[in-house]
Amino acid sequence: MHRTGELYGQFETLEQQKESATLGMWIFLVTEILFFGGIFLTYAVNRHLYFTAFGVGGNMLDLRLGTINTVVLIASSFTMAMSVWSAQTSQKKWLPIFLVLTLVLGFVFLGIKYVEYKQKFDHHLIPGHAFDLTYRMNHPAPGDDPKELASERKEIEEALATEDPGNPQGGLVALNSHAQLYFSLYFGMTGLHALHMVVGAGLLIWVIKGSLKGRFSASYNTPIEVVGLYWHFIDIVWIYLFALLYLINRHLG
Amino acid sequence: MSNTPPTPDELPHKHYLNATYGSGIRSWLLTTDHKRIALLYLASVTVFFFIGGVFATMIRIHLLTPRGALVTPETYNKLFTMHGVAMIFFFLIPSIPAVFGNFLIPLMIGAKDLAFPKINLLSWYIYLIGGCFVLYSFGTGGLDTGWTFYTPLSSVYSNSAVTPAVIGIFINGFSSILTGLNFIVTIHTMRAPGMTWFRLPLFVWAHYATSLVMILGTPVVAITLLLAGLERMFHLGFFNPALGGDPILFQHLFWFYSHPAVYIMILPSMGVVSEIIPTFARKPIFGYSFIAGSSIAIAVIGFLVWAHHMFVTGESAYAALTFSFLSYLVAIPSAVKVFNWTSTLYKGSISWDPPMIYALGFIGLFVIGGLTGLFLACLGLDIHIHDTYFVVAHFHYIMVGGAVMGYVGGLHFWWPKITGRLYPRSLSRFAAIILFIGFNLTFFPQFILGYLGMPRRYHTYPPEFQVLNVLSTAGASILALGYLLPMSYLIWSMRYGKVAGPNPWPATGLEWKTDSPPLTENFEVTPEVTWEPYDFKSRPDLGLETGAPLPAPAHGDD
Repeated sequence: MHRTGELYGQFETLEQQKESATLGMWIFLVTEILFFGGIFLTYAVNRHLYFTAFGVGGNMLDLRLGTINTVVLIASSFTMAMSVWSAQTSQKKWLPIFLVLTLVLGFVFLGIKYVEYKQKFDHHLIPGHAFDLTYRMNHPAPGDDPKELASERKEIEEALATEDPGNPQGGLVALNSHAQLYFSLYFGMTGLHALHMVVGAGLLIWVIKGSLKGRFSASYNTPIEVVGLYWHFIDIVWIYLFALLYLINRHLG
Repeated sequence: MSNTPPTPDELPHKHYLNATYGSGIRSWLLTTDHKRIALLYLASVTVFFFIGGVFATMIRIHLLTPRGALVTPETYNKLFTMHGVAMIFFFLIPSIPAVFGNFLIPLMIGAKDLAFPKINLLSWYIYLIGGCFVLYSFGTGGLDTGWTFYTPLSSVYSNSAVTPAVIGIFINGFSSILTGLNFIVTIHTMRAPGMTWFRLPLFVWAHYATSLVMILGTPVVAITLLLAGLERMFHLGFFNPALGGDPILFQHLFWFYSHPAVYIMILPSMGVVSEIIPTFARKPIFGYSFIAGSSIAIAVIGFLVWAHHMFVTGESAYAALTFSFLSYLVAIPSAVKVFNWTSTLYKGSISWDPPMIYALGFIGLFVIGGLTGLFLACLGLDIHIHDTYFVVAHFHYIMVGGAVMGYVGGLHFWWPKITGRLYPRSLSRFAAIILFIGFNLTFFPQFILGYLGMPRRYHTYPPEFQVLNVLSTAGASILALGYLLPMSYLIWSMRYGKVAGPNPWPATGLEWKTDSPPLTENFEVTPEVTWEPYDFKSRPDLGLETGAPLPAPAHGDD
């Protein structure tokens, strides 16, 4: 249907259009909850079955980088909320600034994620033929913290003892198998999340372009609101991921 | 014939089919008109119906003899798998919502289009892309895992083209999700003034319930197939016991969607029947709010019964008891509908037009299919008949005897609105009877076969089962005729059929107040609704004067 101004032809009023757009986004977010829910369920079942391996795997994630990423995303949700506020109060100067800030923070998140993934690759923690939970322990790099390595070694040895007592070889196979499940889910869940962030970045670029043309104001700001809903949802998913992947069974110090 | 509604001599001058904006084919492939998108879907689902039908034909021919004459055992596995995948994901699930839901919901609620017309077109393209992946899978070695993709066969051991198929079904799921999303928002925000929730046609209620299931269930099968696909591609271990994974987890995740999916397939069909019965009994529907409520109840309870597909997997007795009990419960709202339709017929003035024959056929066959579902929900009995032809017959009674009859009936009911043409009445009633006879001859013997112990998904069977198998195959050939006849005369009618006029039946829905075929924007002026649904007595705007006898349906035989 054709558009006159911002009103699409199938709608009678801008208010009906806004109501439809926001309801549509909420329903889409519900479908996303169900989508992520399936993989969260798989994670829960496997954590219950293999809590030892999952504990070891979780401690191999970089808590510093994970925490920074969490702060970055929460900050980006704040700048996103400020964008919505700017649009609703017709602050046409501030709107693109807050949107760009949100986008930049999103890119920071993705950059840190790349660094984390690269770390996993270097430590042979990508599921597959080269997966080896003991790689870092056995091949320390020059910059590694010796205390960290020592606690990792201790943890793996304790885990081996419980996985298959009295059979260190079999225990290592089982531990590696179950730890691969952990890392498969780690990459699956954070990868899916990162994919959604990329989509979110695309949406942000779209509304940044519109905001630079002065398209949004108190009388019409639905796209900003709808992108905001999506962005906040992605943030909330990350908070759950951070807690479930990084924080459970975490041994500090 | 004297009191049939007057039919004009020619089609309206301007309507959605001859409106062109830009060149011919581009105006169709880039349309955002919900009516054109419905026709695009009509063509696509018909293609997949044919493809699924070809596989079915090969299965039935192969099963004419106990040793199996047509194909190798491996190929047989591929035949029943591809039949299931094509029919379920690419015909049954989209059919009524994407064709009739798309076409009719805006008309029925008095809107100019759906809430998101461009997303509607995107849904169709997503459907096509998913279909291409699946057809690629079919063409490069086929698929032999069963449409249920149980792991680790599908994720580890199968040598067939599982990955492209799983990608295709994953993509296709988004078509479903976006359609459901579109319908829910449209029904909430775009009803015309005076069109309150309880004045909505029951077809709209049925599609609202269907859309709830679509948006909540489909994402789960999406993530399940994604995990199974990743497992296959990267040798991960979620569902592979050799790597610590759990195949039963796959089954739980898979059936959590696939059971509600069967309600996606049947609810729209029930909505069609709820429109046809009052029209051809010339009486308001009995128990409107109960039929509306039962649609929602089926959608909700339908999410709670999935593990009745897993009674023999070793689930605990308590789980089995719970799911058995809930499966009995979910039959109750369906029964409520059947009683209400029957009560609508009571003391009605029945006219035996083709849509009515399909609707009556639906009621009978759905009752048989539904009752046999209760047989399967009974724990002790299920041990005996699980994975036999009893199950096959049960779901074909519902999906073919129910859903497909509703689809074909809907095609006959709304054909005059969609094309502006009527079709030959005698031939179409004959075709309906042929379909009914052919269907029963095909699938009733399968109940007996299953009860006697013939397993499903087997390429051979003991020789004593041959007679029943031959009867089933014979029935399938008659059933095929029952489908080919409507395809022929409906296409014929597009050129040579009698012009229908706005309301040939006549029926009371808002869609019958528009031209046949309707204008692109549906209504010149947004209608204001002041009447209750299915009220045949007081609709002077439709020419149904209070106290006057109702006109007989117009028909194309002259």
